[in-house]
Amino acid sequence: MSMLGQDSSRLDAAIIGYVSGPREFVSLLKPRVMSLVVLTALAGMLCAPEPIHPIIGFASLLAIAVGAGAAGALNMWWDADIDALMARTRSRAIPSGLVDPGEALYFGLTLAFFAVLTLAAAANFLAAGLLAFTIFFYVVVYTMWLKRSTPQNIVIGGAAGALPPVVGYAAASGGVTFDSLLLFAIIFVWTPPHFWALALVKSRDYERAGVPMMPNVKGPSRTRLEILVYSLLLAPLGVAPWLTGLGGRLYGAAAIASGVGMVVMAARVYRTREGSPATTAAMQLFGYSIFYLFLLVALLVVEHGFGLIERWGL
Amino acid sequence: MDDKTLQSNVALTADQLRNRRRRNFAIGLSVAFLAALFYAITIVKLGPNALRPMP
Repeated sequence: MSMLGQDSSRLDAAIIGYVSGPREFVSLLKPRVMSLVVLTALAGMLCAPEPIHPIIGFASLLAIAVGAGAAGALNMWWDADIDALMARTRSRAIPSGLVDPGEALYFGLTLAFFAVLTLAAAANFLAAGLLAFTIFFYVVVYTMWLKRSTPQNIVIGGAAGALPPVVGYAAASGGVTFDSLLLFAIIFVWTPPHFWALALVKSRDYERAGVPMMPNVKGPSRTRLEILVYSLLLAPLGVAPWLTGLGGRLYGAAAIASGVGMVVMAARVYRTREGSPATTAAMQLFGYSIFYLFLLVALLVVEHGFGLIERWGL
Repeated sequence: MDDKTLQSNVALTADQLRNRRRRNFAIGLSVAFLAALFYAITIVKLGPNALRPMP
């Protein structure tokens, strides 16, 4: 495209700057991640002993979702340089030139501000403070600091992804309790096997970008062992809400069965180390881990949302 | 070249004009939605007191 059009005094807008549409900005929010955040926050909200007014609940969920989206946009702004080097992230809005980095930054900051403000107005200052901390932790602690400096990046950074149910619980009840911390712990322990399964397959991508993921730094064998250890921790932890009464029998049965599945899949990743079967095993674990968390959280939502525990003792 | 002169000399393509229109529309819609949401939150927070006359 020419820098100057037919009229040499008029500059070509494609050179001057970006004019991105709403779709490109929505893609900055990482909608798929947002959907899991909404579900986990909803679970936290419904697990709280105090019922929440539907409008307050809706506004709080929206604020948490937008806050998570804002953190995603700020993450993409900061990581645009390494996103451009990895096949998995190359087509994201900033590296592909669809959104101006500066606009992404202001977009993320604006959304983060309004999300925290809305949660403070709708729910309470504790929930708003926790949301602000979650955004700060994900953007500053994880994205800017840990991601490029330690193979424990997603272990510690996983706290940001584990906080939404705590925020949801605080929005409904005004407090943080053992129950909400239990939900936090499940997602926190779930994060390493989930991401490392993907990292095993995409290790060349991460190496090219200079991101010190576990398989690049400690090697695939150590990563496989850690995946198995975390899965062995996760399976009983996933059952714990049933033992404490937070989840019903339906939840308990599903947590036991799917937890066993998680360990079996992790053991398969541990044993299968060569060629395409190893890649398949890792990708299957990655997919299964999403299903596992989705199932547990969805069952908590269903049990508490429809009062299954009180009505039928489920 | 100052900003005003630069702006008046930028020729946007049809796609860019459409994107700008859509973006403005989305921002307008978001602001209107936020106003409605804050109104609803206020009414819920006031509760039954909203209907009581001032003492």
